[in-house]
Amino acid sequence: MSNRIVNWFKYASPQSFYPLAGKLIPWFWALAIVFTVAGLYITFFAAPTDFQQGEGYRIIFIHVPAAWMSMFIYIVMAGWAGLGLALNTRLSGMMAQALAPTGAIMAFLSLWTGAFWGKPMWGAWWVWDARLTSALILFFLYIGFIALQAAIDDPRRADKAGAILALVGVVNVPIIYFSVKWWNTLHQGASVSLTKAPTMAATMLWGMLIMALAFWMYSIAVALTRVRAIILEREAHTEWVKDLPEVQGAKQ
Amino acid sequence: MNATLAPILAIIRRDLLLAMRRKSEVLTALFFFIIVVSLFPLGIGPETALLRKIAPGVIWVAALLATMLGLARLFAPDHADGTLEQMVLSPSPLGLLITGKIAAHWITTGLPLVLLAPVLGIQFDLDGGALGIMVVALLLGTPLLSLIGAIGAALTLGLRGGGVLLSLLVLPLYVPALIFGAGAVEAHISGLGAGGHLSLLAALLALAVFFAPWATTAALRIAIE
Repeated sequence: MSNRIVNWFKYASPQSFYPLAGKLIPWFWALAIVFTVAGLYITFFAAPTDFQQGEGYRIIFIHVPAAWMSMFIYIVMAGWAGLGLALNTRLSGMMAQALAPTGAIMAFLSLWTGAFWGKPMWGAWWVWDARLTSALILFFLYIGFIALQAAIDDPRRADKAGAILALVGVVNVPIIYFSVKWWNTLHQGASVSLTKAPTMAATMLWGMLIMALAFWMYSIAVALTRVRAIILEREAHTEWVKDLPEVQGAKQ
Repeated sequence: MNATLAPILAIIRRDLLLAMRRKSEVLTALFFFIIVVSLFPLGIGPETALLRKIAPGVIWVAALLATMLGLARLFAPDHADGTLEQMVLSPSPLGLLITGKIAAHWITTGLPLVLLAPVLGIQFDLDGGALGIMVVALLLGTPLLSLIGAIGAALTLGLRGGGVLLSLLVLPLYVPALIFGAGAVEAHISGLGAGGHLSLLAALLALAVFFAPWATTAALRIAIE
């Protein structure tokens, strides 16, 4: 029985995860490129021009997947962090650390593209809409996580402290979201609402989903590449790292 | 009952005694609060209607910043002289002792802000009812600030540039307190009634009283080990 089940805990050790990640990375890059090409084709050629928003709406094919990823990566990061605290596995902390910059970039990208979308559509780069404000605070939470980890020299302490911050953050994200939403309705500042957007044509929806897949594959590939670098950095003192062909090659 | 409360009370008493011996720290945060609030009319202009509108937000933002000042010193002196390690080793649960420290932090930084806020509110031409709501909101909100801030203080204990990092970690988490705290006063002024905001603030406080000392304790154990 035990032979048939993959022993997942085997891959909790950096030594066995490092080559596995190395094998997986080219596949995720290839998928990311395929989905990006397909998604961009739909974005620019297949998707019809929106009768209300014109050509400018096409930025949502980048904006929406980036916003999704920024939220999702935070949850995955907190999940790895919690796993690291509960099981005391070293790789979990490394995964959380590897995911944070990608999540921060996604949050920034969603804010940036959102501003470019907002200027022609709403006539303003920025409005204090509930979603915009909570996306901004999510970006701050990422920056805080990265800054905390960077300030701690001992990697084990950095992992654990970061894990607590990520878990506190993930509890707070819904609270922040709803508080900002209610604050927004009280003030009635922005009269425009994203939720009342016109229903989407099927091609647009497909384009968005394929772009979302492309962002997924890109995020996984980048996070795995980064986690390999973190493993090399932290395990530099071990024999197996010194025996790696790429490390041997770099020495000569 | 007494066995639970005794360590908390002992820590509160000790920290208050220490604060009384070093009054300047408490007073610095208090005067920082007063100065920040007083700067806004100078920057914006003396129109009474505008000042009345921004008063709750200004007082709340100043309260957040003033609370931040004391946070960096919440655990650092005890960490430096070894008291914190003795607390970890003590037979009383660390969580209780930490709760006592957070309570003492609130009494020395939060409570004075609450008592002073009506005076500053008068500067901004708030009426009696609005001042009352603001005091109630601050009474519910400032312990929340101390509780959330303690997590950040424990996480950044003994780090390079800990003070600046602390504000980066904690200020985004203060957003709900700011929204409901300042919102309560604004809702009262606009005639909507502050009940909903105050209830939400109280709910957040209850949540934080339960979870924050626990998270702070976990963060302190990591910092000390």
